[in-house]
Amino acid sequence: MVRDVTIGQYYPVNSAVHRLDPRVKLLGTLLFLISVFFINNAETFVIVTFFLILVIRLSRVPFRLMLRSMRAILVILVITFIISALFTPGTELWRAGAVKITREGLNSGIYMSLRLAYLVIGASVMTLTTTPNKLTDGMEKGLGFLKIFRIPVHELAMMMSIALRFIPILMDELDKIIKAQKARGADFESHDLVKRVRGLVPILVPLFVSAIRRADELASAMDARCYHGGEGRTKMKPLIYRRADLIAYGVIFVYTAAVIFLSIHPFIWRQ
Amino acid sequence: MTAMTIIRLENVNYDYGAGLSFETHALDNISLDIEEGSIVGLIGPTGSGKSTLLQQMNGLLRPSSGSVYFRGEDISSRSFDSRTLCSRVGIVFQYPEYQLFSEDVISDVMFGPLNIGLSHDDARRRAEEALQMMGISGDELKLSPFELSGGQKRRAAIAGVVAMEPEVLVLDEPTAGLDTAGRKDLIDTIISMRGKRKMTVIWSSHSMEDMASYVERLIVMYKGAVVRDGTPADVFRDAQYLEQIGLAVPEASYMIRELRTRGIGVEEGAITLEQAADSIMAAWNRSRKNGLEQL
Repeated sequence: MVRDVTIGQYYPVNSAVHRLDPRVKLLGTLLFLISVFFINNAETFVIVTFFLILVIRLSRVPFRLMLRSMRAILVILVITFIISALFTPGTELWRAGAVKITREGLNSGIYMSLRLAYLVIGASVMTLTTTPNKLTDGMEKGLGFLKIFRIPVHELAMMMSIALRFIPILMDELDKIIKAQKARGADFESHDLVKRVRGLVPILVPLFVSAIRRADELASAMDARCYHGGEGRTKMKPLIYRRADLIAYGVIFVYTAAVIFLSIHPFIWRQ
Repeated sequence: MTAMTIIRLENVNYDYGAGLSFETHALDNISLDIEEGSIVGLIGPTGSGKSTLLQQMNGLLRPSSGSVYFRGEDISSRSFDSRTLCSRVGIVFQYPEYQLFSEDVISDVMFGPLNIGLSHDDARRRAEEALQMMGISGDELKLSPFELSGGQKRRAAIAGVVAMEPEVLVLDEPTAGLDTAGRKDLIDTIISMRGKRKMTVIWSSHSMEDMASYVERLIVMYKGAVVRDGTPADVFRDAQYLEQIGLAVPEASYMIRELRTRGIGVEEGAITLEQAADSIMAAWNRSRKNGLEQL
């Protein structure tokens, strides 16, 4: 039966963030990721955190889904923190023989882990609020200027969309093939590595043949509908900026400017 | 001669996707006894659980609750050799030609027998036999499976399962995508093979005509449960119910029904073309006897 896996992690809900043009989200995420690297004091930390929380709330995606994406990098986070804490020179806070933790180490450890966490959460907000196809559309329209350099932007975007579309189909096919070969006694759990690799042939050959067959059929179908590339091709759902998108751009630029400014000139009262 | 139960399903339930958004209760408390040597048909609308049920029979899928017995032994019990079950209950999936992969036809068909531990020579002998029964022989054996025609590919794929000499042959819509002549040929081949090898055959189909003509017992599934179980004549009698759940009855039945609605004195009950022809001839003879010029 169909193993219906959602690609990326798109979480379907109707929020202000979901409704934004994908180009806004792409640029916004990029600028956010850059801003994370400017966190070097309490002021920047507060602003970045505040912005992130604001976007998360506006996206109406349950926070636990963001945490899920953190699971993947938990190990890296911990290692980063430990290395920072233990190997940064400075004023000692604690020692056990040759191992010591400095205040600077703790500081930098926390900042580095936080940065990493924010990077991951920031990126996942984008994938949680934008479908892969919308992202491809956004990239196609947004990177359209690259056509000047003879880069086939439309064709690349089309290839990506088709690939995304066919992932679940091929996964389904793979499932069927595995079952059919298992029914003929094929063993996929052998401990013998050579056997295991050889056992992949009855899976991969039919899968490849099937994929190529589908590609052939798809090409014929597209041809029959007069597809001839991106030249002069219109879209059913064109990406057109709305007021909300322009406001979002404004907010993002102000935010980025603020973070960069504050990272260089923290509030005067601190002096 | 007492009929032995070869496969038995007892209170089988099957769920998948537990906890996820597409959680499905695919099989609902199914209990069935399949008699050795019988031909059983399985019909049901798409999504009724036919494929899931068929895959329970050779252990590809295991019940979420309930048990499956092969020749009286529980297939989930530790003492049961489940690895050989796939060679004793062979399953042919829909569009089986998509599972072909070897350099040549004979090697592909030998895949099954080799997997179950036969010697190279034995596997080859079995493969050749199976292919011959399916109507492929001689030079065709050395061709790449991808060079065969569509119909031949399917036969080669079925031979791949038959070569393991299963006691039970399970087929999931074996005639899907074939034209009328192709369907008849394939079914005739399977039936004759069943006679030669004394196999039990269980197949699912969307063709009511095939079910009416060839099976001894017909099981109807709907939403994961068995809703009708009897001879084709019994099952097809209740046309209204079958239509309600999204199925139909054989064309011959519709024809007889239509004739009766128009006042023509044909007897009910025909489900195959031959039976319908007989009923119509009988009615015609009766009317001739009564001196009427028309039915």
